[in-house]
Amino acid sequence: MKRDLTLDIRHLTRVEGHANISITVKDGKLLDARWAVVETPRFFEVMVKGMSAERVPFLTSRICGICSISHALASIRALERAMTIEPPDVAKQIRLLAMHGETLQSHALHLFFLVAPDFTGHGSVLPLITSHPDLIKAGLRLKELGNQISTVSAGRCTHPVSLVVGGVSKAPEKQQLLQLRTMIRESKPALDTACSFFRTLTIPEFKRETEFISLCNGSRYPSIGGDIISTDGVRRNENEYLLMTNEYSRDFSTSKFTRLSRESSVAGALARFNNNYDLLHPRAKEAAAAFALQPVCHNPFMNNIAQLIECVHILEDAEELINSLVDMELQEIKTPYAPKAGSATGAVEAPRGILYHHLETSDEGKVVRADCIIPTTQNNANIEYDLGAIAEQALQEGKNDREIEKLCEMAVRSYDPCISCSVH
Amino acid sequence: MISMKYQGFTFEKLKIASFDFTCCEGCQLQLANRESSLLDFLELLDIRNFRELSTEKNNDYDIALIEGSLSREDEVERLQAIRRQAKTLIAFGTCACFGGVNSLKNKFPLQESVAEVYPGMQIDTMPVRKISDVVKVDLSIPGCPVNKEEVERIMVHLATGSLITLPNYPVCFECKAQLNTCMFELGEICLGPITRGGCNAVCTSGKTPCLGCRGPSEEINMPAFIELVTERKLSPDDLQEKMAFYNAFEEFCDHEA
Repeated sequence: MKRDLTLDIRHLTRVEGHANISITVKDGKLLDARWAVVETPRFFEVMVKGMSAERVPFLTSRICGICSISHALASIRALERAMTIEPPDVAKQIRLLAMHGETLQSHALHLFFLVAPDFTGHGSVLPLITSHPDLIKAGLRLKELGNQISTVSAGRCTHPVSLVVGGVSKAPEKQQLLQLRTMIRESKPALDTACSFFRTLTIPEFKRETEFISLCNGSRYPSIGGDIISTDGVRRNENEYLLMTNEYSRDFSTSKFTRLSRESSVAGALARFNNNYDLLHPRAKEAAAAFALQPVCHNPFMNNIAQLIECVHILEDAEELINSLVDMELQEIKTPYAPKAGSATGAVEAPRGILYHHLETSDEGKVVRADCIIPTTQNNANIEYDLGAIAEQALQEGKNDREIEKLCEMAVRSYDPCISCSVH
Repeated sequence: MISMKYQGFTFEKLKIASFDFTCCEGCQLQLANRESSLLDFLELLDIRNFRELSTEKNNDYDIALIEGSLSREDEVERLQAIRRQAKTLIAFGTCACFGGVNSLKNKFPLQESVAEVYPGMQIDTMPVRKISDVVKVDLSIPGCPVNKEEVERIMVHLATGSLITLPNYPVCFECKAQLNTCMFELGEICLGPITRGGCNAVCTSGKTPCLGCRGPSEEINMPAFIELVTERKLSPDDLQEKMAFYNAFEEFCDHEA
């Protein structure tokens, strides 16, 4: 039976920021699927102009309340490369630890607060506090651990204070690192609880072939810097970010769109997993096997599971980073530098995918030009194409309008969009 | 009426809603932080409308948390509607209280900014304003981001009908209590002497200067502060950049220039 469908969701809930979904199907044929971001733009690329380089990471971190550490570090990396500053090894390790903390809190927030209610049939996480107390305790424990890792390594979890151009302004105390290591070890049962819960869920069956893009450095699971690679075989260096993104605007959305080899592409946990599976910790690979998750997976709903697998990796890798940090001298933490003209890209793997900051400095060390390309921007086109394909498939399967609406909302949430960040 | 019991007393839960405007949503995120006390904190609240958290919506609320500044006409209308409903409207975070970092946009001609970021597109945007420029604000909780511990304390005071105050002393006070080396001794201009405390000097404890996100503390001695910067031969441009960062010292900035 050919059916009609009109979906119009204004200000989608349980996502960061404001966006609308609209889908029209007539006689079983998709006429239009639209993902429109209506968030107010803030013009960060303009605001940074004329600001001293050392202050810029403190401004750009304010692009996003959830991934402020990634924004600070993308700017710091761009500025260090532009002014040829090599941060000390200790600072590099501390930064990696800070990134782990941020990704862990972001994934935990997404998986337990925003995604879990979809699978338990609730409108929010609040009823789960009584219906699934162990799961919520586990989720809070992991989120708390993520925030604590960030606080110890960056001074504060939201809007970091000690990540600076040249290194870090303050190193954690060894005692703090040891306490953190204990906390990581004691949090592993919480992660087991989380994995057991997610294994009981039925992840929607859907597949649309697409291109996955992530950073790749060949030696560690990607975090700060490296080449940019795609599952369609493209490989470029960081400074060639424009050729990887081909950003364009559409008049109904304040967030831009990108593309590479196809009409759309994906960044984020599933893209990192698909491109860097071999570099995951063995424990994370074991966890992936329990979900039958293998690269290259084209089901966007599995991004949730890829995030969970990354949490397993993070707990193991953070422990190893701390082990090496406690053996290092924590005095040399910042390289002195003189301001210099230059321009460079800083790319980092934010929780939701590759984040690019391209900054140009003047002789006096002021930023004169900036360009930021946000992970969610790189997912907008894919979200839109998925919405159309999901609606068509669901109609063929005979799902009713309410079921299709819910499935579309779940599909968008699985990308973990960071909307105000994508508008910036 | 949903209520809670504590030490034999019964309190009404706070019928609360949370709304975000032009911002990074980092302050709303703080509501979900401090995980160890989160379940107790939620016990205080009857959450009526909070789009980030819940699909369920109920527009019968008493307290409205407003995060962000205003930069588009539809935001003004939305805020006015919230004001009509809320008994207590709270400016939540530095953007809501002072305009925040978003205000840096106002230094640049609006149309040039639009043309630079969205070439060839029509984008609705206005100069950034703080919440109190448009509606009456009953209570301000500054911070970039807000300090959750302070938010918890204020919510308890709201539930129990106690007097709500913010620290009137400067960040310096809290910084000294932690035995930090003064940023001025390290050759940096720091707004700690003129900024309202309550953040536990988190930035200076991480060896980065205070940029004044909590706004002016009470009875600040601005001439003495300027004198401090001048006698140490520190850069007036740097001072200007720091004072302008959150737009929290707007009233003092002109007299500076």
